[in-house]
Amino acid sequence: MNASLLPLGELARALERGEARPSAVLEECLARTARLDGRLHAFLRLTDAEARSSAKAADERRARKAPLSPIDGVPIGLKDLFCQEGVETTAGSRILQGYAPPYDATVVRKLREAGAVLVGKLNMDEFAMGSSTENSAYGPTRNPWDLERTPGGSSGGSAAAVAARLVPGTLGTDTGGSIRQPAALTGVVGLKPTYGRVSRYGIVAFASSLDQVGPVAQDVRGAALLLRAIAGHDPNDQTSSLRPVPDYAAALEMPVRGLTLGVPAEYFGDGLDPAVEKSVRSAISALEREGCAVKPISLPNSPHAIAAYYLVATAEASSNLARYDGVRYGYRAPEARSLLDLYEKTRAAGFGAEVKRRILLGTYALSAGYYDAYYLRAQKIRALIRRDFDQAFSAGVDAVASPTSPWPAFRLGEKVDDPLAMYLNDIYTVPANLAGLPGISIPSGFTSSGLPIGFQLIGRPFEEANLLRLARAAERALALPHRLPPLVTS
Amino acid sequence: MSVSDWEPVIGLEVHAQLLTKSKIFCSCSTAFGAPPNTQVCPVCLGLPGALPALNRGAVEMAVKAGKAFGCQIAERSIWARKNYFYPDLPKGYQISQYELPICKGGAVPVPQPDGNVRKVPLTRIHLEEDAGKNVHGPSGSQVDLNRSGVPLIEIVGEPALRSAEEASEYLKALRLALIYLGINDGNLEEGSFRCDANVSVRRKGTAKLGTRVELKNINSFRFVRLAIDHEIERQVAALERGEKVVQETRLFDNEKGETRPMRTKEEANDYRYFPEPDLPPLAVSREWVAKVPVPKLPHEQLAELLAAGVPAADARTITGDPKLVDLYARIAMAAGNDSARRAANVVTGEVARLLNEGALDLGAPKFQPAQIAEVFRLQDAGTLSSTAAKEVLGELLRTGKPPARIVEEKGLAQVSDESALEAIVDAVIARSPAEVERYKAGKKNLLGFFVGQAMKDLKGKGNPGVLNALFKKRLEPT
Repeated sequence: MNASLLPLGELARALERGEARPSAVLEECLARTARLDGRLHAFLRLTDAEARSSAKAADERRARKAPLSPIDGVPIGLKDLFCQEGVETTAGSRILQGYAPPYDATVVRKLREAGAVLVGKLNMDEFAMGSSTENSAYGPTRNPWDLERTPGGSSGGSAAAVAARLVPGTLGTDTGGSIRQPAALTGVVGLKPTYGRVSRYGIVAFASSLDQVGPVAQDVRGAALLLRAIAGHDPNDQTSSLRPVPDYAAALEMPVRGLTLGVPAEYFGDGLDPAVEKSVRSAISALEREGCAVKPISLPNSPHAIAAYYLVATAEASSNLARYDGVRYGYRAPEARSLLDLYEKTRAAGFGAEVKRRILLGTYALSAGYYDAYYLRAQKIRALIRRDFDQAFSAGVDAVASPTSPWPAFRLGEKVDDPLAMYLNDIYTVPANLAGLPGISIPSGFTSSGLPIGFQLIGRPFEEANLLRLARAAERALALPHRLPPLVTS
Repeated sequence: MSVSDWEPVIGLEVHAQLLTKSKIFCSCSTAFGAPPNTQVCPVCLGLPGALPALNRGAVEMAVKAGKAFGCQIAERSIWARKNYFYPDLPKGYQISQYELPICKGGAVPVPQPDGNVRKVPLTRIHLEEDAGKNVHGPSGSQVDLNRSGVPLIEIVGEPALRSAEEASEYLKALRLALIYLGINDGNLEEGSFRCDANVSVRRKGTAKLGTRVELKNINSFRFVRLAIDHEIERQVAALERGEKVVQETRLFDNEKGETRPMRTKEEANDYRYFPEPDLPPLAVSREWVAKVPVPKLPHEQLAELLAAGVPAADARTITGDPKLVDLYARIAMAAGNDSARRAANVVTGEVARLLNEGALDLGAPKFQPAQIAEVFRLQDAGTLSSTAAKEVLGELLRTGKPPARIVEEKGLAQVSDESALEAIVDAVIARSPAEVERYKAGKKNLLGFFVGQAMKDLKGKGNPGVLNALFKKRLEPT
């Protein structure tokens, strides 16, 4: 058996039953990565030496039947914005080239404590700004289903690595759809938890009030196991919630009869690819057959989400990225003549075009005289979007169903020169970030040309267990044929 | 036209470092003077991914100040980011408070020379983090981030002050109050108490405020007066020449004693304040506020000392330093009823003298206040003369040796026992027949001669009161 091809949820069972050994799984993963990643470019760097020694320790625990957690010994990849002590962490930016943090992010510590085997750091759009991984300073990641296409972004490396079976699970971050959109475009499961469910400590910040860490896996059970490992309160992140973390995997197989799906008209409008719409509607029908009630709803303020998002996110980013000034760490422009010159040269050479565009947008939105018209108004829209969801939930809706992305994977270079077209990638995912709600993307099918399509469920705050149960029901009901990306079988 | 035709309007902004042991958003030490960049962590270095975690101790100190000055304390206040670039600011923004500060309103009581207390109104008090420090040397500029993240309160006064002298009085009263509250060490030189002044002038009798200039870099009380006076004169001179005052920030040059422009309004930073997304709103419940203890303020302490009978001059000296107040109170307590005046006397006398000489450290005293009370009792019992008592006190304060041992070692006990003194009295009378005759004939001031003779025999250790009485008894038959 090729255990490393198993979805994370099944691999965990195989490890538990002693049918797979962590070191063997890791070696398969590393071998496949060596074979494929030159073409895919999901990983920016591997931490294979450290991974081999933690896999060996996991072998020993598994042999003693004393695993630290269900994911003990599972190889995991990390988006390159999770601080890992002593391991270069660039956030996809030239400005952090060579920077090795002196500490572990809380989720990295939690993964270690759960026995996960940390395999390496994954490519991403610079500072998580982008929807195609083309904004990485280190070159784009490709989609394993079609190497001429993007895997989406910003967690493109995290999604592509799982889709290509380089690792069974990865962590990404989702600020406006950065986990769910690439998961949809690569045919895997990606979950953005409720804001505050997972600690942000040690994660290079893009937009603090929107950023949230989440898992990527081939199956819903794998996402549930990973979420269980990383969720929970962290005294180092005061925006993290004190609510206890349930055993997400435990209730996965429970029936969904009686749960209600809301289908918002605003999420099926102009610009939605007909193949995507068809696939998403078939997924909704599958859940209906499982006993869910389906009702049309309206989220009237969601169409304003992109506009509000690009003010709030860029405003916070303009402040979060001020620390990259060449003074303490990372890239420093040589031969600066003065302090101002140092700042200007360092930031001009260190940041890419999209990051600069967003810093300028955000700086503008916060400037004296413009704050009320832009930042403050965007925050009001944000409150209205949240209120729309609250009203749907209090009218009995358990989850909102929609497409994840308006279209399947697009070609590299297709949208890179048109920022507004690129921003529309996130049209269905951004509202959940603005409202702080959990959202999940799961595969719903393929286009006629064999590109994956994802559909999204958005749930009540901190009801990830419900969301995962619905997602698992859809996964079960759709029973998509087992298909490997052409890259993997090549 | 002259300065006297113009009215200065002054408001002060004070940054006071709070005396918490650890920084406001991480657990690094706040101790001053450590080698550069040794009291730092990912949070106060502003490393990628680090997040602030609030130290409630700093909040408690801000609440203490707010209660002491009668501010409204917000049950919910908001952290804000103040954005600007500078090498000593590792995140590129300072976490502060902007629209909803923790304290609003209130007033600082400023004792006046006539004994009244003037209340100088406050706009607000808010919490924030300190920046690091740029260190400029021959090999270039370096940054020390030990201070980065030390908690500060900024105390913003209303423009209610009308002269440099008033500003200086206000500042002194505020500094002392913060020291009393135990939340700031009042050290201007080390920069733990820093002051910026907003100064404008207007023609006397007009209500409209003039254009204001912000003065920075004022680090002593003398410079406060110098800088403000210089600025008032500069503004009046400009206005009288028909020029306008430019809204700007000026730096006080303490070597030249003048202010010079730092940046104009156009060059001023746009700080792009916005709510800090990494911290939830600061919640301070009524119940919690009620539990925060507020010690007496200097003016209340002064009133208390005066009421206890301490002379005004002594009372002012003592209340000028909370350590002296504390010592005074402990001595008075140990010595019991009616000892206020005497306790004050020791504090402003022997204690102050030894402090001046550097022979005493009230931070780590060697003596116990009860031992001082013991000296009082020895004096009351006649064992010590007032001179000897002073000597014992001095030695006690320096060494903490038990008073009885000092008396013994120094041979300071005076002889008050009548039976011991009678033999001496007899001997003096026996060897001074002529003086005895003259005394009995009415030359009563010879009593001093007899006591003097006896003291000589006793090597000065006789109790003069007892000797007086004994001689009188022997020479004036009843």
